[in-house]
Amino acid sequence: MSRMSIKREWVHGWLLLLPAMVFLFAFTHIPAVTTLINSFFSTPRGRRSAEFIGLENYQEMLTDDVFWKVLWNNLWYAIGTIPLSIALAIAMALWVNDKLAGRSFVRMAYFTPTVLPLIAVANIWMFFYTPSFGLFDQITGFLFGWPASNYLGNPETALNAIIVVTVWKEAGFFMIFYLAALQAIPVSLKEAAQIEGAGRWTVFWRITFPLLMPTTLFVGVNAVINSFRLVDHIFILTDGGPDNASALLLFYIYEVAFRFWETAYAATLTVALLVLLSLLAIGQFFFFDRKVHYK
Amino acid sequence: MLKSTFLKAVAVTALSVSTWASAQAVDLQFYFPVAVGGKAADTIQELTAEYVAQNPDVNIDAVYAGSYQDTVAKAITAARGGNPPQLSVILSVDMFTLIDEDLIMPFDDYLTSDEEKAWLDGFYPSFMANSQTGGKTYGIPFQRSTPVLYWNKEAFKEAGLDPEVAPATWEEMVEFGKKLTKKDDSGNVTQWGVRIPSSGFPYWLFQGLAIANGAELANAKGNKTNFDAPNVIEAAQYLVDLSTKHEVMAPGIIEWGATPKAFFEGESAMIWTSTGNLTNVRDNAPFDFGVAMLPAKETRGAPTGGGNFYLFKGVSDEQAEAAVDFVQWITAPEQSAKWTIATGYVAPRAETWETEEMKAYTADFAPALVARDQLEFAKAELSTYQNQRVTGIFNDALAAAITGQKDVATALQEAQAQADEILAEYR
Repeated sequence: MSRMSIKREWVHGWLLLLPAMVFLFAFTHIPAVTTLINSFFSTPRGRRSAEFIGLENYQEMLTDDVFWKVLWNNLWYAIGTIPLSIALAIAMALWVNDKLAGRSFVRMAYFTPTVLPLIAVANIWMFFYTPSFGLFDQITGFLFGWPASNYLGNPETALNAIIVVTVWKEAGFFMIFYLAALQAIPVSLKEAAQIEGAGRWTVFWRITFPLLMPTTLFVGVNAVINSFRLVDHIFILTDGGPDNASALLLFYIYEVAFRFWETAYAATLTVALLVLLSLLAIGQFFFFDRKVHYK
Repeated sequence: MLKSTFLKAVAVTALSVSTWASAQAVDLQFYFPVAVGGKAADTIQELTAEYVAQNPDVNIDAVYAGSYQDTVAKAITAARGGNPPQLSVILSVDMFTLIDEDLIMPFDDYLTSDEEKAWLDGFYPSFMANSQTGGKTYGIPFQRSTPVLYWNKEAFKEAGLDPEVAPATWEEMVEFGKKLTKKDDSGNVTQWGVRIPSSGFPYWLFQGLAIANGAELANAKGNKTNFDAPNVIEAAQYLVDLSTKHEVMAPGIIEWGATPKAFFEGESAMIWTSTGNLTNVRDNAPFDFGVAMLPAKETRGAPTGGGNFYLFKGVSDEQAEAAVDFVQWITAPEQSAKWTIATGYVAPRAETWETEEMKAYTADFAPALVARDQLEFAKAELSTYQNQRVTGIFNDALAAAITGQKDVATALQEAQAQADEILAEYR
């Protein structure tokens, strides 16, 4: 192959990459680098322009009680949403993978929460949670004679109430991936195990679950990202309150950037979020990957 | 050579087109928020269209910009991008923030004649408190409100109270509240005496207590707060006691948005909420209700709230003059009456209340007058530099006290220390 044609292929290759790269740089890489740069400057206000202040924003972050609180909340939110929504997704997928009457209807019902916009969902749940005349209180009051609750207005329960909405929203989406994976598992494996006398639990634990591992990895990565990303419903349900009891990291970043207009400090918090997410992603692929059986 | 001639030609054409356009019509962009449902947006659009029809040399592009929060975010973002609106309705309390961002300019420079200067004096002084600083007027009151107490007359009758008399003092509110709080056989509360919502922005209604107790939460310069003053702590303690000690209000954070509904459902017999809900309650309450001023402690007292017109920097003189003229027109009695009747917002000028339309409206619906009469006791709303952040700190402290996370004095002292740290650079 002549030098000329190598060069031409090289040009073609870059040209094909160009559209995607332009978008990737414009909306991901350049903003990320700008954020990093801004985090070393003070917030410009009116006539006072931004000044280089080194690590001062980072020092402020480490002494900011609210930052630690939202980070801690985010940890609980992740622990509360990820395993539960994955377990529910597997259970629902197994259930609607079997032959049962009205299977399409049940599948659709499970998937509905995913289709609805989170803001609309939050408004519906807002009514469910309303003290005394909300749906939950009407049910528990009628059945058990319980007093009025205040799930969203109590710091002990506010975050859990948010977690329930998130799990409800996410499980159906993850179910779709598991459903697809279940249908790719050859029936012969299950039949062979049954001939050997394996029970349902053994079949699930020894055959189905290991073969679902690639899906679990994929769903797991998504669930982790979502546990940092899904904050829309907080704006409707609690607005982060009471006293930041239900605020998450991304919600706090929005608040600092677009309510308080502390853009430099918001950039610092964003850097923290980016570092955290990259560490988690690297960790997941690095450690988790070895335990995954690919066919 | 050819190229430069061409460029010159383009430049000349562009220049002449733009001068021609400005000679023909002044273009104004105007952002407005809506916080109380669909009718408000329609009314603003209607009024704007009417003004443009009367003034063919002005074009106004009225842009609905979402909530108050969205509108200020949009205006600041647009201004930072070098494309500010000429005019916007934004919360009156964001004045110091907008000055600090160097985005707005005072109206005074464009009010030249004596008549125009006198126009400023026509607004209720309590509405001007959050609109002026350093002797300059930065905001013109427009969609302004104040909180009032709504009470359920049927519930009062059932509890053996005079249905025509609302509680006039803090003590009476507790006393009435105790009579109005009903429990079923198993001891669960089925009707609360009073509901002061505390979600999102508890500071606003709390000021109804603080001001009645003789406190103001911030100074007029917007660079010092009084969160830990003894009378503020006392007011906050009263708010907490309503649910913990006197047990006349539901415990925990109480949702703002569900408050009118809670009133209609009989969950609470008295509610505190904005006059912006007046039309809503009038249309939907399934029982007779009354509207009263907030109860007094040392004095009657209430904050003001809502949005002002702001004039943005970067406008041409023609645009500024047209904008000021538009603001004067839309706050004039006839337009202002239309706006107040459609929404329930308090007309900010005394002369509006003297129009035939308003007289007919208040004769038919007397509660509308309560808000106006309360203005006499109203004080400035909490407003400082970096307002959202300072207010946010105070909201968190109130939430912590209401939910029992911290005791009242500690929560407010901590909030004061944090606010001091932020505001020190503005003193």
